[in-house]
Amino acid sequence: MTDEPSGVAHQLRHQLPLLVWLVLVWNFLWGTWSWANLLGGIVVALVVTVLLPLPPVVGGTQIRPLGLLRFLGYFLVDLVTSGAEVAWQTIRPSGIGRSAIIRVQLRTDSDLLLTILAESLTLVPGSMVIDMDRERRTLAVHVLHVADEGDVERQRESVLAQEERVVRAFGSAGEIAALGLSADERAEAPGRRTP
Amino acid sequence: MNDISSVGDVVAVVLLLIGSFLCLTAGLGVLRFPDVLTRMHAGTKPQVLGFLLIMLGGAIRLQGWSTTWMLLLVAAFQMLTAPVSAHMISRVAYRRRHVRRDLLLVDDLRSGEARDSVYRGDEPADAPPEEPGRALVESRREDEVHRDDGAQREDGADRERPS
Repeated sequence: MTDEPSGVAHQLRHQLPLLVWLVLVWNFLWGTWSWANLLGGIVVALVVTVLLPLPPVVGGTQIRPLGLLRFLGYFLVDLVTSGAEVAWQTIRPSGIGRSAIIRVQLRTDSDLLLTILAESLTLVPGSMVIDMDRERRTLAVHVLHVADEGDVERQRESVLAQEERVVRAFGSAGEIAALGLSADERAEAPGRRTP
Repeated sequence: MNDISSVGDVVAVVLLLIGSFLCLTAGLGVLRFPDVLTRMHAGTKPQVLGFLLIMLGGAIRLQGWSTTWMLLLVAAFQMLTAPVSAHMISRVAYRRRHVRRDLLLVDDLRSGEARDSVYRGDEPADAPPEEPGRALVESRREDEVHRDDGAQREDGADRERPS
């Protein structure tokens, strides 16, 4: 997060992933590959990013292939098993029992990682993020169907496990190290927060 | 052409059927679950999985890369946006007390402060304060605090003003 001159070139470099994504979307929408589509996509992407600028994501991404595979694998398995479970709960005669709202103390302090974590938690059936306290790094998650206190604890642990997988897939070395730190040590570590 | 002839077609049909069934359970859940939060689970979750299966089945069945790319885009945007809308609706529902608290085993989000039991002004008209007697006392006390604050501020303004 060094202070560089905020020229147009710098801004474009920051938004390169967004530009690539927009060009890709444009070409997918046309459905066929041609140079005209590519050039048109680049023009449209530039217009969109210049006219509707987004704040930059602090720190950027760092993708670790092994961690990413692990994250995606667990995510797919979760999606299928929990999807089947929730589907069964909707059709079984007894319906659902009681649900719970649990607050989980997280260990990461990065806007991007927290966003990925919240998205993936909400996508997986059975858990849904209701609220997030950015200052205290806590996440309030609504859990469908818990039978007893043991279930609540298991859900808490599964949120933390998911957090660890997200950090190991997308986090920097410092953030991975922060997973093992205690609360006091973590408070001193610099976070990646959008000012 | 419409005959189910190849292995690919069979796989596509199975995927489409499973996906449709999951979307059906989503509808059932919205109908059967007791409150907003649980209904949002039903409305967004099996539907996402069912939707992905339908996209997969469609991509296998329909020929041509152009359709496949389109379906891929649809799936990507669905997975990006579905959690956000589910989260926003649930959050508003919780804040406006559309919650069956008797069905919650644990509620860590509830602060247990006076604010929980008094009107905050953003509830729906039919949401009663959860403890009417205490709520009345609290809201009166809050009124008094506000009145005291106001009086002090006026005093301060008078004092600062040079005569």
